[in-house]
Amino acid sequence: MSESTAAFLYLVSGVLFILALRGLSHPTTSRQGNVMGMVGMAIAVLTTLFLAEPSFGGLLLIVVGIAIGGTAGAVIARRIAMTAMPQLVAAFHSLVGLAAVMVAAAALYAPESMGIGTIGAIHGQALVEMSIGVAIGAITFTGSVIAFLKLDGRMSGKPIMLPSRHAINIALGILLVVLVVWFAASESHVLFWLIVLVSLALGVLLIVPIGGADMPVVVSMLNSYSGWAAAGIGFTLQNLALIITGALVGSSGAILSYIMCKGMNRSFVSVILGGFGGDSGPAGGEDMGDRTIKQGSAEDAAYLMANASKVIIVPGYGMAVAQAQHALREMADKLKEAGVEVKYAIHPVAGRMPGHMNVLLAEANVPYDDVFELEDINSEFSQSDVAFVIGANDVTNPAARDDKSSPIYGMPILNVDQAQTCLFVKRSLGSGYAGIDNTLFYKDNTMMLLADAKKMVEDIVKALDR
Amino acid sequence: MGNETAQDTLQRLNDAGAAINEARSGVERMIGEGYGHVAEAAAHTGADPFVFHFAIFILAIFVGYYVVWSVTPALHTPLMSVTNAISSVIVVGALLAVGLSASGLATTFGFVALILASVNIFGGFLVTQRMLAMYKKKSK
Repeated sequence: MSESTAAFLYLVSGVLFILALRGLSHPTTSRQGNVMGMVGMAIAVLTTLFLAEPSFGGLLLIVVGIAIGGTAGAVIARRIAMTAMPQLVAAFHSLVGLAAVMVAAAALYAPESMGIGTIGAIHGQALVEMSIGVAIGAITFTGSVIAFLKLDGRMSGKPIMLPSRHAINIALGILLVVLVVWFAASESHVLFWLIVLVSLALGVLLIVPIGGADMPVVVSMLNSYSGWAAAGIGFTLQNLALIITGALVGSSGAILSYIMCKGMNRSFVSVILGGFGGDSGPAGGEDMGDRTIKQGSAEDAAYLMANASKVIIVPGYGMAVAQAQHALREMADKLKEAGVEVKYAIHPVAGRMPGHMNVLLAEANVPYDDVFELEDINSEFSQSDVAFVIGANDVTNPAARDDKSSPIYGMPILNVDQAQTCLFVKRSLGSGYAGIDNTLFYKDNTMMLLADAKKMVEDIVKALDR
Repeated sequence: MGNETAQDTLQRLNDAGAAINEARSGVERMIGEGYGHVAEAAAHTGADPFVFHFAIFILAIFVGYYVVWSVTPALHTPLMSVTNAISSVIVVGALLAVGLSASGLATTFGFVALILASVNIFGGFLVTQRMLAMYKKKSK
């Protein structure tokens, strides 16, 4: 196969990737889009094989590698629980990052196979691109590993604040630039591995101080990084499919980060600097003592909802933790049978990654046209009889709207307090991830349902049957 | 009188000759410049391929920007998993390393990259497919 034909085919696979993302504009076209992505990938792989014409031994090695990786990937994809999607995505990001490092290393040790010169005489430009790709790749790798550990609960979601960490990060950043320049001038293998080492350390240091509540931003940001790393390697290999994909993924992750930051009314910089939101902060503050809450039972909740004409359900991360989505759908079905209008309202940062709640509800067979985004449904709370909050907290806190001194002031919230009655399912009276007391608990029209989310919903379903 | 006419004619011939000379040098200059332009044009087509790749990169960022904004928020999780899968097109580098390189070390790096990228390709696309299969319309 000629280089030109190959370049053309890489372009085709790049276009198919664009169409794969385009398909996601609507659920009905999304499946078709995913297939286009797969076709694009197949074209890229086959083109490379025809271009490279590997020896029999090489081909065998390739088949073995794809078989091992492919089997592992397919098994993981089949077995993974939908609630674990954020961890999975973080783990996948780390693989892209590490793969970028490995490909760059291979290019360094066998430049002739990538067409970028010979050992000791790799084109300077390729060296710069390679080192940028490898640095971002290594940062993505360790950063994603940390994000994975935090999301998977193997590491505390609390921010870990090293003393003078900003100074350390800046120093490492400058060191990285110096190393890249030096490496581009010398093609020293030692410097290459130093770049890898410094970037690995930087990846850890960047993510460690970021708290659990900011994980949606982190996951999106690492998504973006993995794209830029791929693009860096794409420039080294002068491969159009990689360059296009890197740009797509890079901008996609950047946009998602932006959307998540906006959903929390926080600047990207403040998220990156970290230190916000632990596992559970100190429960509120000073004048909480004499405030009373109204507590209710499953029967009360069932009675209220069965007699309502409109119920809006607000799911959050707690629902995912309790695996309550199936029971919740059952409850909604029961209410619908009784003639109640049921809708779901989703906050942009509900859950641990963008769109997390939508996937869980979809898994529980909730039709997607029952599910609404914040700006589409927020005006409807005032006309609804019951707002059923399950596992969400900070995204419903009226303090974000009314209390200028609150740390989350200005964050867009779901106006559940404007419903006739707000039912709030919660395990205990602790504060949310932001460590802020929710003034909603003390409102007259709020009824707290203190129990495990899944158990409470199941009890409500039973009560509805009666 | 005849003499004067002859001299006048001679003068005109001289002028004409000078004009021709001037025109010729002008043409030569023009041709020279023309060649210069051609040479410059040749330099353009031979521009560093980096510029060409960079142009595509920038355009792809813009394409990505508009395409991703059109993605419905309900599908942001599948968006992440599918971008994950497609960024594993980095597998082309791994394939080149495994298939072509003479160095054992490079083949090893390539092989590891190949396995990692394959996990991602299969895992990413299949998990996306699994998620997308769950998005259903109201069954009424």
